[in-house]
Amino acid sequence: MRRIYLDNNATTPVLPEVLEAMGPYFGEHFGNASSIHHHGQETRAAVEGARDSVALLLGCRAAEIVFTCGGTEGDNLAIAGLASAGDHVITSNIEHHAVLHACKHLEETGCDVTYVPVDGRGLVDPDDVRRALQPETKLISIMMANNETGVLQRVEEIGKIAAEAEVFFHTDAVQAAGKIPIDVKRIGCDALSISGHKMHAPQGVGALYVRRGTRIQPLFYGGRHERSRRAGTENVPGIVALGRAAELAMQGFERKDDEKMSLLRDRLQRGILAQVEEAGVNGDGVQRVPNTSNCYFDHIDGESMVIALDLKGLAVSTGSACSSGAIEPSHVLTAMGLSNDRARASIRFSLGKQNTAEDVDIALALIPETVARLRELSPVYKKQTVSS
Amino acid sequence: MPKPQTIAVAMSGGVDSSAVAAMLRAEGHNVIGLTMQLWNQRRLAGHEGMPEAVTGRCCSLDDVYDARRVAEHIGIPYYVVNHEERFERDVVRPFVAEYLSGRTPIPCSLCNNHLKFDQLLIVARQIGADCIATGHYARVEYDNPRQRWLLKRPADRSKDQTYFLFGLTQEQLSRTLFPLGGMTKPEVRELARKQGLALAEKPDSQEICFVPGGDYKRFIDAYLAESGDALPDTAGELVTASGEVIGEHSGIHNFTVGQRKGLGVATGSPLYVIQINGADKQVIVGGDERLYSRTLRARRVNLIAMDDLREPMRVSVKIRHRHEPAPAALEKIGADEILVTFDQPQRAVTPGQAAVFYDDDVVVGGAWIA
Repeated sequence: MRRIYLDNNATTPVLPEVLEAMGPYFGEHFGNASSIHHHGQETRAAVEGARDSVALLLGCRAAEIVFTCGGTEGDNLAIAGLASAGDHVITSNIEHHAVLHACKHLEETGCDVTYVPVDGRGLVDPDDVRRALQPETKLISIMMANNETGVLQRVEEIGKIAAEAEVFFHTDAVQAAGKIPIDVKRIGCDALSISGHKMHAPQGVGALYVRRGTRIQPLFYGGRHERSRRAGTENVPGIVALGRAAELAMQGFERKDDEKMSLLRDRLQRGILAQVEEAGVNGDGVQRVPNTSNCYFDHIDGESMVIALDLKGLAVSTGSACSSGAIEPSHVLTAMGLSNDRARASIRFSLGKQNTAEDVDIALALIPETVARLRELSPVYKKQTVSS
Repeated sequence: MPKPQTIAVAMSGGVDSSAVAAMLRAEGHNVIGLTMQLWNQRRLAGHEGMPEAVTGRCCSLDDVYDARRVAEHIGIPYYVVNHEERFERDVVRPFVAEYLSGRTPIPCSLCNNHLKFDQLLIVARQIGADCIATGHYARVEYDNPRQRWLLKRPADRSKDQTYFLFGLTQEQLSRTLFPLGGMTKPEVRELARKQGLALAEKPDSQEICFVPGGDYKRFIDAYLAESGDALPDTAGELVTASGEVIGEHSGIHNFTVGQRKGLGVATGSPLYVIQINGADKQVIVGGDERLYSRTLRARRVNLIAMDDLREPMRVSVKIRHRHEPAPAALEKIGADEILVTFDQPQRAVTPGQAAVFYDDDVVVGGAWIA
């Protein structure tokens, strides 16, 4: 069975060039980047080279990059590191759990948190953010691109609001990095988190941009790594990989790979809408990252759809998995005002650099027949068809 | 060798369903493992009287882990499907409501009827399976003369689970396999060992899966508190069969017919709960001899071995899980109501439990005791 992977917002395959770049740092160049001898100097050079590449990707200085173990750590470091008891924090109700649960924890430790809503397209209204400001507001954390819908928030406007109010602005750019160009100066953020494995580097590495001069409280205590912002021996192979993935992403933007990705995504989306009745796109009509399409197929159970497609070799996803691996209704889609039924009937397709037009065509051959079987065997669908 | 089929196995993480998956896989079928996520064990944790954290129970992460490891070991795809909402609606809420109205429910039958052989079977068919298989000890066979699917008692009578399966329809039975129906439990464990399953020695589960420690009273309190509902006042009087009030009780949901302990009154001879009168919140007590009844009425009838009960029939009737089926006559007395007349009076006929009718080892059908 040929397997097609369209779940790149969950994780991406490591690109061959990235694997090649990181390989020597498992064996030949094994030194601790903090060591003063030759071995340490080799790996220190590699880490700093990677830092330059990531800084170029984000439009910042190398010293403003803190390497982390991934997106969740970056989000937690930004939130717990910039706000503390007594502060007020503004975030949205469609954030990734790394942000939402970090904010819930802040609430337990004496912070006040405002969760601004989104409209039916999944957009935060920057005026809502402005209206939520209080004298105690210390931090605004609004994501750049949503992981489920791909919808891009108006982060530059939110950055201006934060600057005027003199509060910190953090954005979770995990689903944007590598997919669209990012410039922290234009966004006007004080912190921005990215994750390696969402951009074809391996799992276990990420980075947090922290604007120069921003005092951030570390999460861990230990050595003075990462300018005392993140203790712990550097994950050198991972960092090298992230640096290489950043370079490849920038080369991709020069070749307009993002536009090509967008065409491929639109081909998938158009094909679905042309072949399947009572289907639509969540987050349609607003700017999205070029690789994501979240579609609903009314009268189906997304969980069954994901399983049925997986058994046919097509990997997609829905909602977010809870600890047992079962699917919970998406907080993002319900926040957008979707009914529980439609939220449950929604599937996320997300492309990666490795996907081809052929992959999309194979997916398009599988999706309509799968939806048809699900609907045919759904007791709810039958009832509705009879009554209408 | 039967023709290979695509079979979804309902895997609980226990020995029985794991053995089923391994056996069907070894027979060359295309097997898909499914575990139903039915109840969040952490949900009521920390409520008054409830344990902080529960492990090693149905739907716990440990069981999902065990099921997943079995699936990996035998090389089948495996998925957890979330049916929490449906389980709460069709099993947990009725369970609580039954107790609060003075009846003694059987959640396992409700789960079989509404979840395993309904919702899960639908999912199984949707994802391309021809049928589902479970680790129940029961047999299902097609009977040509009757042109019906029959549910039969298993080879291992000590593990017989047909009592909980009487609600299955012909459509459900036609798409269900019980591969353990011809085996004994020791044989199943041996099969699990031979298949190299790490959980071959895992103990059997006994309790109601969503009630930690088996204390359903605390569960009801915690569930209602969590839902924001106050526990309805179900306290009332303890009354003898002749109508004499001999004390007070804390709530009808704390009692079940036949119960002796916990009545809170001291009398010369042992007293038992004879009847629970939900409308008046009365618990009627009396001597052991008053627990016996010759007849019972049951509603919401499901017949398996025949499409209708046109004339009275001789059967054996089981009125609770651990009850030896007793000879009786079965008679239809309403559109959806049946009268059972036992040859010998039976002890503690309990409203809310099922009456399941057997003709030798064939399950004729069953109904809910009114």
